[in-house]
Amino acid sequence: MTSPNETSAGMQTTGAKGVDSASQSLQRRLAWRSTLQAIGMLPVLIILGIVFELMSGRFLSFQNLSIVMQQASINTVLAAGMTFVILTGGIDLSVGSILAASAMVAILASLIPEWGMLGIPAALLMGLGLGLVNGVLIAFAKLPPFIVTLGSLTAVRGFARLLGGDTTQFNPQLPFAFIGNGTLFGLPWLVWIAFAVVIISWFILRRTVLGVHIYAVGGNPDAARLTGIKVWAVLLFVYAFSGLAAGLGGVMSAARLFAANGLQLGQSYELDAIAAVILGGTSFVGGIGSIWGTLIGALIIAILSNGLILVGVSDIWQFIIKGLVIIGAVALDRYRLKGSART
Amino acid sequence: MTGSAPILEMKDISKTFPGVKALTNVSLTVYPGEIHALMGENGAGKSTLMKILSGAYQADPGGEIRINGEHVTIDGPLTARHRGISIIYQELSLAPNLTVAENMLLGREHKSGPMVDRRSMEKASQAILERLGVHFRATTKVSELSMAERQLVEIARALIADSRILVMDEPTTSLSSRETEALFKLIRQLRGEGLAIIYISHRMAEIYELAERVSVLRDGSYVGTLVGDEISAERLVQMMVGRDLSSFYKKDHDAHQSRGPVMFAVRNMGDGVRVHDCSFELHEGEVLGIAGLVGAGRTELARLIYGADPRTSGEVFLLGKHLSIHKPEDAIDAGVVYLTEDRKHLGLFLDLTVRENVNVSVLGRDARMGGVLNMKAAKRRAAEAIRALGIRVAADVVPVGSLSGGNQQKVLLSRLLETKPKVLILDEPTRGVDIGAKSEIYRLIDSLARNGVGVIVISSELPEVVGICDRVLVMREGRLEGEVGGAGHPPVTQENIITIATGVREAAE
Repeated sequence: MTSPNETSAGMQTTGAKGVDSASQSLQRRLAWRSTLQAIGMLPVLIILGIVFELMSGRFLSFQNLSIVMQQASINTVLAAGMTFVILTGGIDLSVGSILAASAMVAILASLIPEWGMLGIPAALLMGLGLGLVNGVLIAFAKLPPFIVTLGSLTAVRGFARLLGGDTTQFNPQLPFAFIGNGTLFGLPWLVWIAFAVVIISWFILRRTVLGVHIYAVGGNPDAARLTGIKVWAVLLFVYAFSGLAAGLGGVMSAARLFAANGLQLGQSYELDAIAAVILGGTSFVGGIGSIWGTLIGALIIAILSNGLILVGVSDIWQFIIKGLVIIGAVALDRYRLKGSART
Repeated sequence: MTGSAPILEMKDISKTFPGVKALTNVSLTVYPGEIHALMGENGAGKSTLMKILSGAYQADPGGEIRINGEHVTIDGPLTARHRGISIIYQELSLAPNLTVAENMLLGREHKSGPMVDRRSMEKASQAILERLGVHFRATTKVSELSMAERQLVEIARALIADSRILVMDEPTTSLSSRETEALFKLIRQLRGEGLAIIYISHRMAEIYELAERVSVLRDGSYVGTLVGDEISAERLVQMMVGRDLSSFYKKDHDAHQSRGPVMFAVRNMGDGVRVHDCSFELHEGEVLGIAGLVGAGRTELARLIYGADPRTSGEVFLLGKHLSIHKPEDAIDAGVVYLTEDRKHLGLFLDLTVRENVNVSVLGRDARMGGVLNMKAAKRRAAEAIRALGIRVAADVVPVGSLSGGNQQKVLLSRLLETKPKVLILDEPTRGVDIGAKSEIYRLIDSLARNGVGVIVISSELPEVVGICDRVLVMREGRLEGEVGGAGHPPVTQENIITIATGVREAAE
């Protein structure tokens, strides 16, 4: 779009003849470019890893990396849902609160004798339901996503406190505690779950009709409607999916802590999720982005937290450095893709 | 005119972009007090040449630009403005939230001390506006002006900067014929004042009407210049495309005599505001035009039929069956599709690939297991569309935004055709499309009609309407005012259409 007319004109003049050889090399070039775009922040991730290894000497151990991935897992799940929402040009500020409400439901349901495993579906349903409420208000009442989810950020937080009687709820005999603390083939369950969510997200975005429609709605909502795409259904889906992801995040939190607290759990998680999506190169206006970028973004945030602690940076400076790295990395990315990216 | 010295000489201008040579030794000579048309297909290099003139691009070394005989180096937009060159781009570059005066003097605000001197700015601007004979005032906000009026602000901005060379890039694209007429009058007035006007347009009729000389570019090279009586459509087309297009409009003039039965009918369509009580019938295999001035309600009528906007009255019948269309997907499912006049904002997904844009309406039909993409089918459909419509693109995985206007339009058309429509409503199907693509689109419309598809064409270009339509309905102020071409109606001519559209008098029976 932003490339000069003449470049495209040049491409077309090759169109008539010699299509095949030209098109093959162009296809390769385009494939390479989209790969580059997807992995965009990978170099930053690697450099951060090397820097922390040099400074602490114990960053790149299997055990520490496993911890980093575990720390990244909940944010990855939330950020996966957030990717769907931001791809449509929206935002979901309520995921932290939904996570708290879902975790609370998970703990409360797990206390039912004999039926403790019900905590998992109960939390997922809670997340899905709250996401659907967001979606209905945005898709049918046509309210701005920022306003709707800002409202539910506050309201659902209150709801979470209400559910737990404004105290911390415990279940030391949590039947699904393995999710938060167990491992499978040497990797924590939390990591497997996060990875599964990323794979499912990739499949939906890149291999289903719905995925193309999500990109279409984000890229040009007016054209999407005139093309016969059910824009309301797409919006309903992305907010429901984001809610469901937050519900899953609630299960993961509850399983890890054996407890839930309506007031503190998940505070400002939405900001980390948004940061991961943006670090991953997804355009804030919608239509452009990938789930792999989001995964890398979530890992960068986790590495920063983990690495800065290992290096012994104080809590206050951790905040400052994290914020600056987010701005700097995105600025670098914009500079690198200048001409092809537009936000 | 030929006696005077040229105001602008561009000699041996070349421009190379990485991997592409956009211009090769192009020369252009322009005299003061002339309207010099610049023609060529999209991608021929017109815009590049003008961007070099305006300082947006730098030419390769070796070429030369002279203004009034003096060798100049134009190294940026400021230099160009200094040298008296102004360009009015297709997409206007005004700030709608500012006033006319503020826009005209943007970057050159009058000051008294450190403060902006509004009074002086408004006075200077108003003087120019009066010279142009426009109705709005310098204190008007640009957002309150129509497209045509905004164009006048652009011209006024060039005049207040004391420009001697004015480049106009497709200035009539969004104007009605009345507004176009007023603009032409103004252009002639400026020519009378000794300005040199470089006029870029695809519309042959405008070139005839305005230009004394026409220079043609093709594939980045200068082809030639026609002067005065030499200017003819056949020669220009030939120069532009390098081949003969003897049958430019592809109408089979006997078609409407042997047309099929009524297939599609619209009854009492209206939205209570801009469209009132419109009824018409469309025959199988017919190309039905809807003409009218800009603002007559043609696009609004089409959008009502398609279910894009809510209607207050009206019914739609296809093959005798009543269709209940409340939203675009209902229309598409019934086989009625609509090509928007604004492909960039309402049609295409510019960041998505050609393949995705072609397939987006039929992904659901092709999908497996209730929603998994059928990549093979998508690839095949895209390949077929590229071949069938002659879309010039190196691969179907390029973003559609990188294509030229004509090829973008073909992508959008092929998306509609993938749904196998029975009725096709085309709103300005050749807007912003180069002449080669235009003739291909005409041929496509003709072949669709031959295969029994009912085609409705909305167009502001009268030669196009007359050239391709079997029958034309004329709209005025939201109503269907008359018909030309059908049995018992006057024949399809530009004069008959204009007469009804402007409401000068009812169509002569």
